[in-house]
Amino acid sequence: MSVIPEVIKKHETDLLSDWMREMTSSTRRSDLLKDQDIKNQASQFISLFSKAIQNGNLEDTKADSFADLRQLLTDMSRSRAVQGFTPSETAMFVFSFKKPVISRLQAEVKDAKVLSDESWTLNQLIDKLGLFTTEAFLKSREELIMRQQQEMLELSTPVVRLWEGVLALPLIGTLDSARTQVVMESLLRKIVETNSQVAIIDITGVPTVDTLVAQHLIKTVTAARLMGADCIISGIRPQIAQTIVHLGVNLSDVTTKSSMADAFVIALQRSGFVVSKRVDR
Amino acid sequence: MDRIPILRMGEFLLVTIQVDMHDRLAMSLQDDLTTRISETGARGVLIDISSLETVDSFIGRMLGNIASMSRVMDADTVVVGMQPEVAITLVELGLSLPGVRTALNVERGMDLLRDSRKNSEEHR
Repeated sequence: MSVIPEVIKKHETDLLSDWMREMTSSTRRSDLLKDQDIKNQASQFISLFSKAIQNGNLEDTKADSFADLRQLLTDMSRSRAVQGFTPSETAMFVFSFKKPVISRLQAEVKDAKVLSDESWTLNQLIDKLGLFTTEAFLKSREELIMRQQQEMLELSTPVVRLWEGVLALPLIGTLDSARTQVVMESLLRKIVETNSQVAIIDITGVPTVDTLVAQHLIKTVTAARLMGADCIISGIRPQIAQTIVHLGVNLSDVTTKSSMADAFVIALQRSGFVVSKRVDR
Repeated sequence: MDRIPILRMGEFLLVTIQVDMHDRLAMSLQDDLTTRISETGARGVLIDISSLETVDSFIGRMLGNIASMSRVMDADTVVVGMQPEVAITLVELGLSLPGVRTALNVERGMDLLRDSRKNSEEHR
């Protein structure tokens, strides 16, 4: 039976102050987190850690007894990921707990063999917890990235109404299948909502057009036509025009214009509007 | 058996599909419509599919066929009110319905039919 649970329970308060001293300034990052907050986290960690190992289980960190501790570490890594800590700084918080506990063990256990065994057990346990922290940290980072990706997808495909019955869809960034799907759906939905006859797809902001992108564009145009709306593709830059011809993409069924302004004029004409300049007398 | 009603409006025929299309229904619509065109001598057919929420390749092809048949019988066909989901499905299936004219709603579709009637009469 290990003596670690007993030692930790006995020295809870001393361990906290030792640990706080142990944490170097680089681990603390007092610019990101107040000392008082670190102290709270540390004291919570020690009490939950002590509670978790009281039943003698010092190996399986996935056991139910560790559930509260895992929750604390997950919350902690999540908040640190948001605050801008690095993964190693987050893991160091847990790893730096080793030294104070081992010095307490050295004071309590006299037998060298027992001491080395106990240190080893402790080392392994803390390592596992540290790794768990890193994993949780990375997971929360990944969630953040996923969410941002999703947001970018939605942000980058606005459908704007230019005139009664005229919609514009300024595309910015590379078009892939997933984005085309979103673009197509939002355009078609907007066509129904606003009862628009003409839609201008502006590709000035699309860096490259390859066969796949062209295919996606043609699909969108065809779907809009099936619903009874005309599409005009505008913003075709010289390089893009060259690429399209070299690739042998057939855009002859689609009205294309080099600038959004030209496309808008055509769109107005098709909807039966006339734009004229007022002459002041 | 269910049948899709074909209404006559002047020289145009109006077909409103308001139930889920299945293959037999589509076949009978094709029969009925061609018969009605020859009986009435209609010059235009308007098919409203705004209540149609699902399509498969067969129904998609059927729509194209019906349009081609009407054209052969000298009646323009306009398909109106296609839902976004249906449009996406047809495009993904590779059915772009070339030659079928489309409009956003029945009103626009009617305008389209009248315009093309006028044009063809002027050409005559």
